[in-house]
Amino acid sequence: MIGARFIRRRGGDDSTGGLISSTDWRRRDVKWVVAPAQVLLFGLLLVIGLGPVLWLAKGAVTPTIDTLTNPLALFPNGVAWSNLRKAWVDVDVGRYFWNTIVLAIGSWLCQIVVATTGAFVLSVLRPRWAPFVNALLLATLFVPVVVLIVPLYIMIVNPPLIDRSFAESYWAIWLPAGASAFNVILVKRFFDNLPRELFEAARIDGAGTVRLFVSIVLPLSKPILGVVSIFAILSEWRNFLWPFLVLSNSPDRQPLSVRLPAIQAQTDLGVLLAAMLIAALVPILAFLIFQRTFLRGSGLGGALKG
Amino acid sequence: MDPVDVTAGETAASEIAVVASPAVRSRRRARRSLAGWVQGGGLSALLFALPMLVIFTAFSWYPIVRLVLLSFQETNLFDPPTWVGLENFRAVIEDPLFLTAVKNTAYFAALALVFGYPIPLVAAVLVSESTRFRGLYGALAYLPVVLPPVVGVLLWKYVFYEPSNIGLFNTALGWIGFGPYGWLQDPGTAMPALVVYSTWANAGTTVIIYLAALTSVDRTLYEAASVDGAGLWRKIWHITLPQIRGVMLVTLMLQIIGTAQVFLEPFLFTAGGPANSTLTVLLLIYQYAFGNSLGVGFGQAAALSLMLAVFLAVFSVAFIRLTRSWSTR
Repeated sequence: MIGARFIRRRGGDDSTGGLISSTDWRRRDVKWVVAPAQVLLFGLLLVIGLGPVLWLAKGAVTPTIDTLTNPLALFPNGVAWSNLRKAWVDVDVGRYFWNTIVLAIGSWLCQIVVATTGAFVLSVLRPRWAPFVNALLLATLFVPVVVLIVPLYIMIVNPPLIDRSFAESYWAIWLPAGASAFNVILVKRFFDNLPRELFEAARIDGAGTVRLFVSIVLPLSKPILGVVSIFAILSEWRNFLWPFLVLSNSPDRQPLSVRLPAIQAQTDLGVLLAAMLIAALVPILAFLIFQRTFLRGSGLGGALKG
Repeated sequence: MDPVDVTAGETAASEIAVVASPAVRSRRRARRSLAGWVQGGGLSALLFALPMLVIFTAFSWYPIVRLVLLSFQETNLFDPPTWVGLENFRAVIEDPLFLTAVKNTAYFAALALVFGYPIPLVAAVLVSESTRFRGLYGALAYLPVVLPPVVGVLLWKYVFYEPSNIGLFNTALGWIGFGPYGWLQDPGTAMPALVVYSTWANAGTTVIIYLAALTSVDRTLYEAASVDGAGLWRKIWHITLPQIRGVMLVTLMLQIIGTAQVFLEPFLFTAGGPANSTLTVLLLIYQYAFGNSLGVGFGQAAALSLMLAVFLAVFSVAFIRLTRSWSTR
């Protein structure tokens, strides 16, 4: 059994390997249930996890008529690279791709500024009111963002104190993105673990607050800033409902995720699939490059939310 | 010293201050004047906190307060709102669609539990033993989570669930003589179809959480159990599952909270149809607020949002309370 070999290799003859000891492997029921189950699971995961992505990649460069006549055939009549060009040029995916990048970078910047300065205050400067603000931040974790769409929408369209509407502008997406308590708490926890002697030493050497932040704290926190950055950019890339609402009347300014359902009505399936592949490419590449961050980060999110 | 503005932290500090040097005491006194406050870093702390305070006030704290206010008001975007008491809540509860939406959301959550809760657990327990391939398994399971949801939904809607015989599922079923089925067009199968998609799109996160939890299971327990002659199934039942039960409870809670907010799938797949069979609570909120002429239903949308938020908060607190003794021993 292949699965059995995977496991034995690790434990060798040592029976203390883990859940399944080598004594277990000698038993019939284990051998004939667990090992095939592992192989089956691997096959299933390949089909379920990788299959649809590969199919999307195939469909994006297959002539529409071939996809329609037999969706499971592999290039029966050649490859249609023109789908990608049509998507990029004819249905303006290039423009929407650029919009998505601009939105993602603005949201990222806002999140980074709020999270780092906020965490710096709560973790390093610690004014007397810090615990109060911290409690308010924690409280917002209990309120799912989606239930706030109505007050947020009013806030954007008809903000108090300011005599202008942010609707149809990118500020409507950039600024609310910064209000992520999750980010602030994540960065704060990282700052909490930085050696405090370092701050004291910098203070004694005459570093002011700004200097402390820019020259000591930020350079030390590259790992956590990387994590926050990846998730900030990709969550904006995935975002649908909010840009759909606040940019509803300016199609030219909408990001890809909002435009894709509209593109569906404008073009044939092959070009739609090409547009979808382009939209999926950035997250998939990011995942392949930063796999460890992703896989650790999602567990992190679960632990913190719990 | 004014006892009124003494906070808890200050009380502890003042006890120390009794034995502290005069220098410490004079510094404490200096903080009470404005110049002292600025010199002590109070101003720079405030300036550094400004982005956080402004952004969270505008886009988190104030909207939360505003949500509560809105649910008791009738409003449009431009005229000043008027108070209507519990009228919005009454309108929501008397709306026949409210019960439909609650039922559908509960149905979605229940189906998602049946499909989506055991699968990641079984998958994670099965693969966790393979150190060499654990990473690969995890990455494969996580790949669907990486796809932007809109791409995933459109792929499933126009390719996999395509109702004619050119749909991918219908093509595959056609080989063995079934179909074609209108997965999303039949009120009976529409919701299960959404759940299958949703499980595909989200299970990876849970698999990763379980894989991480399983690495922390104390290996010596397995060894001891083996020595005592316990078989594989007894080890899973008496060691593995009890050791990760805290994480299992957290994922259970997160999944229920997540499915209670399901929106994108019914919105893009079916727009709540056919015959309102996939109308969820959040979709109803959306329809109240943005479905008909803008602003008319804001009060009702806010009332329903508040009900959902309160339900989820009460549920989370109750869940954590009720399972605390069981999850930490």
